[in-house]
Amino acid sequence: MKIIVCVKQVPDAKDVRLDPKTNTLAREGVQSIMNPYDRHALEEAVRIKEQFGGTVTVLSMGPPQAEATLRDAVACGADDAVLVSDRAFAGSDTWATTYTLSQAIKNIGGADLILCGKQAIDGDTAQVGPGLAERMGIPFVAYVRKVNDCAGGSIKAERLMDDGYDAVEVALPALFTVVKEINEPRVPSLKGKMRAKKLEINTLNAVDIEADLDQLGLKGSPTQVVRVFSPELRGERSMLNGSADEQVAQLFDKLEPLL
Amino acid sequence: MLRIDIEACIGCGVCEDTCTFGAIKVEDGHAVVGDGCTLCGSCVDVCEVDALVIEREESVFKTKIDEWAGVWVYAEYRHGRIAPVAIELLGVGRKLADQRQAPLSAVLIGSKLDGQGEELVAYGADKVYVVDDPALASFTDDSYGNVLTDLAQEHKPEIILAGATAIGRSFIPRVATSLAAGLTADCTNLEIREEDGALLQTRPAFGGNIMATIVCPHTRPQMATVRPLVMKPLVRDDARRGEIVLVTPEPSRLVSRVKVLESVIEDLDQVNLTEADIVVAGGRGLENEKGFAMIKELADVLGGAVAASRAAVDSGWVPYPHQVGQTGKTVAPKIYIACGISGAIQHLVGMQSADTIIAINRDADAPIFDVATYGIVGDVFEVVPKLIEKFKQRTNR
Repeated sequence: MKIIVCVKQVPDAKDVRLDPKTNTLAREGVQSIMNPYDRHALEEAVRIKEQFGGTVTVLSMGPPQAEATLRDAVACGADDAVLVSDRAFAGSDTWATTYTLSQAIKNIGGADLILCGKQAIDGDTAQVGPGLAERMGIPFVAYVRKVNDCAGGSIKAERLMDDGYDAVEVALPALFTVVKEINEPRVPSLKGKMRAKKLEINTLNAVDIEADLDQLGLKGSPTQVVRVFSPELRGERSMLNGSADEQVAQLFDKLEPLL
Repeated sequence: MLRIDIEACIGCGVCEDTCTFGAIKVEDGHAVVGDGCTLCGSCVDVCEVDALVIEREESVFKTKIDEWAGVWVYAEYRHGRIAPVAIELLGVGRKLADQRQAPLSAVLIGSKLDGQGEELVAYGADKVYVVDDPALASFTDDSYGNVLTDLAQEHKPEIILAGATAIGRSFIPRVATSLAAGLTADCTNLEIREEDGALLQTRPAFGGNIMATIVCPHTRPQMATVRPLVMKPLVRDDARRGEIVLVTPEPSRLVSRVKVLESVIEDLDQVNLTEADIVVAGGRGLENEKGFAMIKELADVLGGAVAASRAAVDSGWVPYPHQVGQTGKTVAPKIYIACGISGAIQHLVGMQSADTIIAINRDADAPIFDVATYGIVGDVFEVVPKLIEKFKQRTNR
């Protein structure tokens, strides 16, 4: 089984703030990390490989420095790594991104199973997985929390729904996005780290993946960001005073009429 | 691409300091852009001499946007009921349709849908496309995606809205991809831009730390998934009249490569969380599973639902379906009681629409107090048991 895991390098979202004066993203000193959901996708791929055999390729689209994330993935068990990187990709929305990724995947020979995290923590769109499946013309299952069986050309899995879960069966090739409940990712082994350090990363540009330049980057993106601003929070902040008993009594009096 | 006017550039380096990606540097007295540039535009905004500009080439999209008209709402239907978010979307959809002087239509996909179309009319739809087939009894991305794509291609709506639910966020991106349409995920505000009638779609990003407004100037339909419990539904009006259109798709379009073997409703508590009038939530301040048990007790006494911050879920005190916030559920109850929750922005975005927010926390500087209607600075282990006691007495009265 040939498995491709799509990973994204993201800024650690909890550190990102909008500078109120300049209205720009103040990301100084913000660390770049592997998107946490992608780490679960990678772990699941490595587990499937360990149990059923096969290879795990990690694929990332991003600037050259995304190589660090790919090496991290290799240290955690991926066999090889592909970076798709080109200035022409800058400004891509999810539509242009899925085009680019699908071209890259075709270029490296396709896969039986493609795994992605359910969403990236910077954009939070959750659109690349399903969009990529559509581009590849393969079936898609979102929010996979468990892979049960993976033999004989099909996979049985469970997908998380708002009110419970669905048990599904899907013929390969297919694309899944996974939730973090699916597994506990391993820490890189020393051997893995050594391998990651030495591994040559296959780097592809727009020409390598035979992309139609019109469909890339800002030009190939139907959506445009027109404004970025800080969220408004309600500012009430009315504090109760007194001893714990007194505060509880006040709160009770306020709440009781609402019940 | 990012164009730098080296005549205008004074080499001040503000852009270099602003760039998250380290993609712009001052060399030989002027800015130089490198490979890491993502065209985010931060540098353009801060440049004081207007030396930077993002050049947008002419659109490659050939959609004839004037041919597309009307507002559509995908009315999610699962396990015998219309999702509440669909009713909310008819509320905002009505407003958008009226502004565009166009009809509001709903698309209902499923099996055994008798009477459900009328329900959507009562909540604001002028027209309901009903696609009722046993093959659509279970949701699959293939079949639902095909049906909605085909309908949209045939009728050309200007706007398509869907709930940002597990189902909506799963198959709507496929529909957008096959229609070559722009899609904005998880919107919290939708408006029409006056000058050109474009849909302004606002959504949180970076875990809720920033908001972004997005438009799709050259493609149609303009598609958005919308976060549940953000939009207000219309008051039900059974006198409202609308047209029900029964649609029979090609059988081949109902075939799915994903088979649903079983569809299980789990843990009724979690199902009720988003619809509960009272929500009691616990966070890191409860210290352990035993501490979190107080939250369940208070929720029981009040007849409310249990929620948790991400910290409590990650610690394993309560399962993920109870998580409220950017990566969990959004709730808007009448009363939200936050116990031992500091109030990271990721949590606040999921609960700040509650009517009344009560915060109990040891740290007076905790951001949760910024959104609290009533705040108590104190030890949760002292305050919460007293509250439980107080409400128990009330119940016994």
